[in-house]
Amino acid sequence: MTTDEILEKTKSFLAQFINVNVADDEDIFASGLVNSLFAMQLVLFIEKEFSIKVENEDLDYDNFRTLNAIVGFIEKKI
Amino acid sequence: MEIELTPQQVQEQDIFRTFVSEEIAPYADQYDQDECTPDEVIKKLAEIGYLGAIIPKEHGGPGMDAITFGLLCEEIGRGSASLLSLLTVHGMVCQAILKWGSASQKASWLPKLATGEAIGAFGLTEPNIGSDAKNVESTALHSNNSYVLTGEKKWISFGQVANLFLIIAQCDGKPSAFLVERNTPGFSTEPITGLLGFRSAMLAKVLMNDCQILEENLVGRVGFGFSHVAGAALDHGRYCVGWGCLGLAQACLDACLSYASERKQFGSFLKGHQLIQQMIAEMITNIKAARLLCYHAGYLKDKGDPSLIMETSIAKYFASRMVSKVADDAVQIHGANGCSSDYPVQRYLRDAKIMEIIEGSTQMQQIIIAKSGYHSFALEKRRAREKEKA
Repeated sequence: MTTDEILEKTKSFLAQFINVNVADDEDIFASGLVNSLFAMQLVLFIEKEFSIKVENEDLDYDNFRTLNAIVGFIEKKI
Repeated sequence: MEIELTPQQVQEQDIFRTFVSEEIAPYADQYDQDECTPDEVIKKLAEIGYLGAIIPKEHGGPGMDAITFGLLCEEIGRGSASLLSLLTVHGMVCQAILKWGSASQKASWLPKLATGEAIGAFGLTEPNIGSDAKNVESTALHSNNSYVLTGEKKWISFGQVANLFLIIAQCDGKPSAFLVERNTPGFSTEPITGLLGFRSAMLAKVLMNDCQILEENLVGRVGFGFSHVAGAALDHGRYCVGWGCLGLAQACLDACLSYASERKQFGSFLKGHQLIQQMIAEMITNIKAARLLCYHAGYLKDKGDPSLIMETSIAKYFASRMVSKVADDAVQIHGANGCSSDYPVQRYLRDAKIMEIIEGSTQMQQIIIAKSGYHSFALEKRRAREKEKA
């Protein structure tokens, strides 16, 4: 899967929860755009869509903070 | 689209139903009055694999699928909502470790949680903190190779008997999750009695006075205790409660069908009176609607679909509201008899109210569900605009 494909899938997922356009490097957690359920929804999305397992050692906000970070994390795990 | 249990699930459901009818339901009123669940009941649940139902076989559990586990919660909820809360909180600890525990936490705790050697309880709520859960006041101080926990937890189901607590506390101002054993110096519990419902759920206050625990007892990472660890646990909790409400509502309905067929007023059985029929019809329809929401949540859970979080919240919300109304009508149909300890419907009503408060109150679910609705609406509009442009 290419970086662009991962980016598109992730953007499309985020669009379900965030109504405004999010810049690729915008902090989605700090901006208060998501609710408390979003964190687990994001984990489930990553695991199901890309067939990878998010483990306890992956729990680092630098892996999930921005669209670019999420894509980078997925690429690293695939 | 198929909405049908597998033959294996039907068989399991039958086994759960028989177990609850024979071993739980006949004694639930007594446990309620005693405000206690006997040890042997908990041991029995563990022996037959119900306590650690969601723990995979590789860790010593039966590894039930989500629907089968839901059916178990439904049946246990039919017999005793208090006992359902044991499955709920114990399962929440199992779920948190399964999802976010380290390899050594999984290896050391899951087999014990599966056999009942360890009984889990979930320590999030505090005297000053209920719905505003990520702002818990308990603290964890990192020092050398350990954490020192200080604070108080309240309304902890089965806190009187649990020996492994998943505690959420602030570490450097960040919510974090820790496994704390009962025998940790500085750790103690005090029973809470005289509650409206869940009277045999052995609730306790948990006191932590400089409880020193090993660094390896941190679950997940610092800062992820609420969003991820408690998040995974609470999703599991909402799932259990949603299904348990179904069982409790079914118990109300069964009691009403029986009572209305035996009780005569104005020369005819209650079941012949149309205003009673109205209440029965509402019960039947709403129970079926809640069941479909629970099936849907279970289906998504087995698929690992991200929408399971919201759909479980909706199922819990609807089922808990539904059972409050069903139990209220059940007491109404029973009249004065329903208010007495001669009939279980008074217990059902008291327990039903608790269902609307635990694992996210009705109002918290409403906020989340409504916001999600607005997001979906805005997304649809945006997509339509983009389509027009293209």
